Amino acid sequence: MPQTRITPLALMASLLRNCLRRTPSSVRQLILLTGLLIALPAHALAADKPIADTPNVDQTNIEVDAVEDVDPPISFESLLDPLAKASFSEKEKVVDMIVEEKFSGSRKVLAAFLDNALYFDAQTGQVLIISESEGQEDSYFDAISGDALSGYSGDAKKIRTNNGLRKKLRGAIARFDLDDDNAVVRLGAIKQLRDDPDDEIMPLLREQLKDETNEEVIEQLTVTLAIFDLNSDDADVRLSAVQRLDGELGNDVYNRIKILTEEEQDSQVKSAALSVMTRIEGKRSFYAGLETTFFGLSFGSVLVLSAIGLAITFGVMGVINMAHGELMMLGAYTTFVIQQMMPDHIGLSILLSIPAAFLVSGLVGIAIERGIVRFLYGRPLETLLATFGVSLILQQVVRSIFSPLNRSVQTPEMMSGLLRINEIFAITYNRLYILIFTLIVFAGLLLILNRTSLGLKVRAVSQNRQMAKAIGVRTDRVDALTFGLGSGVAGIAGVALSQLTNVGPNLGQSYIIDSFMVVVFGGVGNLWGTLIAGFGLGIFNKILEPYAGAVLAKIFILVFIILFIQRRKQGLFPQKGRAAEDH
Amino acid sequence: MFASLASILRNDRATSVFLLLLTVVTVLASLANLLFPEGSALHVSTYTLGLLGKYMTYALLAVAVDLIWGYCGILSLGHTAFFALGGYAMGMYLMRQIGNRGVYGDPVLPDFMVFLNWDTLPWYWHGFDMFWFAALMVLVAPAILAFVFGWLAFRSRVTGVYFSIITQALTYALLLAFFRNEMGFGGNNGLTDFKDLLGFDLQANTTRVALFISSAVALAAGVIACRFIISSRFGRVIQAIRDSESRTRFIGYRVDNYKLWLFVFSAMLAGIAGALYVPQVGIINPGEFAPINSIEAVVWVAVGGRGTLYGAVIGAFLVNYAKTYFTIALPEIWLYALGGLFVISTLFLPQGVVGLMNKVMQRKQEARV
Repeated sequence: MPQTRITPLALMASLLRNCLRRTPSSVRQLILLTGLLIALPAHALAADKPIADTPNVDQTNIEVDAVEDVDPPISFESLLDPLAKASFSEKEKVVDMIVEEKFSGSRKVLAAFLDNALYFDAQTGQVLIISESEGQEDSYFDAISGDALSGYSGDAKKIRTNNGLRKKLRGAIARFDLDDDNAVVRLGAIKQLRDDPDDEIMPLLREQLKDETNEEVIEQLTVTLAIFDLNSDDADVRLSAVQRLDGELGNDVYNRIKILTEEEQDSQVKSAALSVMTRIEGKRSFYAGLETTFFGLSFGSVLVLSAIGLAITFGVMGVINMAHGELMMLGAYTTFVIQQMMPDHIGLSILLSIPAAFLVSGLVGIAIERGIVRFLYGRPLETLLATFGVSLILQQVVRSIFSPLNRSVQTPEMMSGLLRINEIFAITYNRLYILIFTLIVFAGLLLILNRTSLGLKVRAVSQNRQMAKAIGVRTDRVDALTFGLGSGVAGIAGVALSQLTNVGPNLGQSYIIDSFMVVVFGGVGNLWGTLIAGFGLGIFNKILEPYAGAVLAKIFILVFIILFIQRRKQGLFPQKGRAAEDH
Repeated sequence: MFASLASILRNDRATSVFLLLLTVVTVLASLANLLFPEGSALHVSTYTLGLLGKYMTYALLAVAVDLIWGYCGILSLGHTAFFALGGYAMGMYLMRQIGNRGVYGDPVLPDFMVFLNWDTLPWYWHGFDMFWFAALMVLVAPAILAFVFGWLAFRSRVTGVYFSIITQALTYALLLAFFRNEMGFGGNNGLTDFKDLLGFDLQANTTRVALFISSAVALAAGVIACRFIISSRFGRVIQAIRDSESRTRFIGYRVDNYKLWLFVFSAMLAGIAGALYVPQVGIINPGEFAPINSIEAVVWVAVGGRGTLYGAVIGAFLVNYAKTYFTIALPEIWLYALGGLFVISTLFLPQGVVGLMNKVMQRKQEARV
């Protein structure tokens, strides 16, 4: 404190100066007034004595505070204290002042304010930050000093916010973050300011641009400034801003340029805006197409996963297994159980679930084959009914054991979140992983069927059972193993599904018709056909969805397949040769 | 017609017994309901009568399924689509009958349309204020769908499992479609709150009895008609197709046409069943299209014994009675029981209950000899 003595004149002058410098406001006037009221009587005591010598009189103490507050003229505390009773517009002004003064710890207070974590004590008026974290007791901090208040037991009331205030707060926090050493924080702040631009900040951003070294931040800064410059009165500034925005994909850029093409007076700027807009539109529709394709592939991968086990049991063996969906459900429940056993290792539990689900569903599949299906070979319609009965029983078993309610399986951290390619194209990690997983499973199955002795025997039995038997293939064992393999793959599909939807007793039912459609559409007995049919139908569905809506798109697909089967009942890729006639 | 009925009664002992039994049950149950006061030991409650009436409509659906599956080898897993269409046609008539007694009191528009802010009746709702038109639609709507679908499928020789799967897809697609509010059939709430039928109050006891008797008459007529078709020349060809489709074709019969007409007829039977079902249960919603319902209908036939018609009726009564009993007394057990029934009847009772009875009777006869 350079100033140890104070005269009322100096105080008033400094306060008035501050007041005039900023926009006048009721809060400000309030503080000014209280400052005067405090200072005047104090002056009477302190007029000819140095402050250090002042005895401990109440008023003097107040004056000491006031003295210290003169430079900076307003204390953090004096700003925060009236918050509790202030109106929303007054609160907004307080936020403005906090930003201007840049007290240490203000960012923390503003962030807490935004999170609705700022409280005041009803008795003492002390402003508090209460941080709540799950599983722990709330911890209390003094808002001004930032000290932890252990053992606080007062009556804390929340300081309320509204939408306008929160917007203000976000802008205010962004201003603090612009000075942060971490480029990511700066980037976030600029993005925030880009979403809620205000005129005052733009000169600040221009300053920032001069010192900025991080390329990403510079990029974001120039775009934000260019959007702002579109409002400029100078046609040249607008022109260069339009040119800067060429190829930008953000919605805000697109909307602004679009407005410009309609309202711009200057012909040069207008033509530039038009050509920039066509380029942006082209790029946007390209990425939109890419996104549709990805969503289609992702939906298709679910279809392929659920159908590929069926492609083995139905396609290769010719057995209609209506319990296929329930085998997927078992796989999903296996994931749930394993996750319950090791709640601390979510990622590992998913990995372990893959072989476990394969085993569980595979064994149940073998039991179904040995217990029921083998008596019904050559009678496909009866098989259909019997396995449907099995599916009902399995559903009820799961209901009895796990309750009829849906269970949710947690997604490991590496699988959650978004992979953002650019502003309008983002991929969710879990869908990306499932797509890759589908391809791995498919490749694995293809290897088993084409490169192992089991695969050879499976193909032999499916092509000519009698001949295979004659040359010594134990057909019943092959049947059981094939059925087990198809069922096991259904279990693996269940693991993947558990990452996308809730796990419930009806999980399988919702996929069974789709799966059959995919297998039939792709051509029975043809794994490649299943893959292409699944992805094809997935993409087709996602292309239709924006125009027709999800339900209608699905109806169209069903009708399309029904009609397609009339034309080519062997599917896209019919089997050739003698074996084809049996199907 | 009477001559053929007489010949059926003369030659087909099992069907005659069945028809006799049906008549006796219907007459006795109706009389017991009407003549004896409530509380009397001989009184049959209206609830029971309604239940029996519902079973009879199910039985008619089972007969429709048995006609094509048991006699022609066509396994349709989408037969409730026709059942539900017939039901919707009847439901639309009943909706129009409500008139201005609905919640919103609109003289023309059903409540759900007022709720959706529609101001005019969709074109396909016109005419349903007349009973004869609705009754015609009960037959025509399922028939058209069956004709188009069957014409496409049989002409391209889609058979066996493939046919089963695409019929399932068909009913599934209809299920999704009827769930949409934009379709104009009441969305997922369906059609309900019916007041009266042909001017008779649906809640009145006598109306319930009349509906019950109509169901019984429809069931009997359905069985006789199917019997008539099967014992005709047409029916012989149908059975030949079941036993060897390509051989029949090579002999020179237009297999597709035979199958198509049988399929259409079966769909109309299912439609009638649906139309009788709706006023008795008081609601029709898209849930009736669910593929599982179709599969259940097939199970009734399988349990009763396919290819006998009366077996289908027995199966429908047995399974549905069990369902009513289990879902009230032991709800957890019901799916186990139903699932087990599927498995057991396909594995051990390929001819169903009827086959089992025949076997037992044969053994007795052999023992006597």
